[in-house]
Amino acid sequence: MKSTINITTEWDIVTAREIGRNEAKKIGFDTVNQARIATVISELARNIYLYASVGTITIETVEQDGKVGLAITAADQGPGIEDVRAVMQDGFSTSGSIGAGLPGVKRLMDDIEIQSQLKEGTTVRVKKWL
Amino acid sequence: MKELKIQYKKILVDYIENQSERNLYIGQNFIRQLIQKNITPEEVIHMHKQVMEEIFPELPVVSRHGYDFLIEIMVYFGLTLKEHQMLLEQQEEMRIEMNVATKIQSVLLKTTVPQIDEIDIGMLSIPIRKMNGDYVHFLNDEENYVGVAVTDVVGKGVPAALCMSMVKYGLDTLEYAENNPSYVLEVLNRIIEKSVDDSMFVSMFYGRLDLARSIFTYGSAGHEPAIYYNAADNAFYGLGAKGLLLGIMPEMKYEQTEIPLYEGDFIIMMTDGVTEFRHDDKIDSRKIIEQLALTYSHLSAQEMCEKLYEELQKLQEQGLDDDFTVVIFKK
Repeated sequence: MKSTINITTEWDIVTAREIGRNEAKKIGFDTVNQARIATVISELARNIYLYASVGTITIETVEQDGKVGLAITAADQGPGIEDVRAVMQDGFSTSGSIGAGLPGVKRLMDDIEIQSQLKEGTTVRVKKWL
Repeated sequence: MKELKIQYKKILVDYIENQSERNLYIGQNFIRQLIQKNITPEEVIHMHKQVMEEIFPELPVVSRHGYDFLIEIMVYFGLTLKEHQMLLEQQEEMRIEMNVATKIQSVLLKTTVPQIDEIDIGMLSIPIRKMNGDYVHFLNDEENYVGVAVTDVVGKGVPAALCMSMVKYGLDTLEYAENNPSYVLEVLNRIIEKSVDDSMFVSMFYGRLDLARSIFTYGSAGHEPAIYYNAADNAFYGLGAKGLLLGIMPEMKYEQTEIPLYEGDFIIMMTDGVTEFRHDDKIDSRKIIEQLALTYSHLSAQEMCEKLYEELQKLQEQGLDDDFTVVIFKK
């Protein structure tokens, strides 16, 4: 399963959350992890909505070495992140930028990968294993 | 988690039966344990929900929705809490590093007051924060000359301390005490202008005493004027000079002036932390320092410095709020 949601309005964030939560439930994540996945989608989608204006959230089921999980990819053509390592540090002042809240997102998920190019955009891909 | 849930269930059941203070106390201790194990708020609520459903299978569905809602919003609460904890840990690390840095600075910028027969020298430098933004440097070679630099970085704390280390090494490169004050100020100005951030400025009073002739030559880069007591006139004079702070203009020229020192004369060099103990009137504060210096002029230069600090501390209104540095040359 794989679905991509365009994020242009605040309501698109809600749609992405809903799709993510349903998929998480279907795979077998418990209530707490469903809530975490929804929160992560929210954070990533909000960053797109607030700082990149346009972008997509892709939710897909992934399998690796017999494990099942959910992957969320947030891609935008926004301003990009200057120093990816810095935004991953707690307390690094990123409020008001595309890197806001990424340490929190990382904490709720199992894997995180960030690719970013200044003025070209950012792709954040996170995974949570069952 | 399973084990914790069993414990939690027991505590909750006890409470529901008795509702005693003891049960609440046990609950609190249990939570302490969960925090240590890094259990997040949403997990606690989830556990509570599951236990409630086990104890009361007939629990209405609205109550279940209520818990689900709480779990959802507590995810974010937990994230913020965690970030806060991490910041506290980082702060503690920085505090430890800061203590180490302070120790290094005090070793690095340690000033040794020269002991010379021809002149009695005293010095006192008290930082207001952990790191000192004032610095005194003596140059003393082969007993012909003794040079003294009294410096104050505009700004305080760590940036000021780092900048000061550079001033120290700048002065170290000069090596010889016989250098003219104007030359010393020009060299230091170039070093600081080139290497320090544009927002960093340093004021410096540089004095050099020719020990054989007893001539004191001085120059100043935007520094608090020194106070010179002439015993023959029984009068005080200010030793100031026009000259921009170090680090503003690359090719500044600094003037220098000579005065002879006779028996009973003394010179008080200081930073503005000494004169700014009264916020209303600066002229007045210099008069007070002169008066105090005269009262204690029978003491050694070092004792005079200490008395000045002691007395000015008593006089100032809300505690000294700047680094305090005073150097006295007493003939």
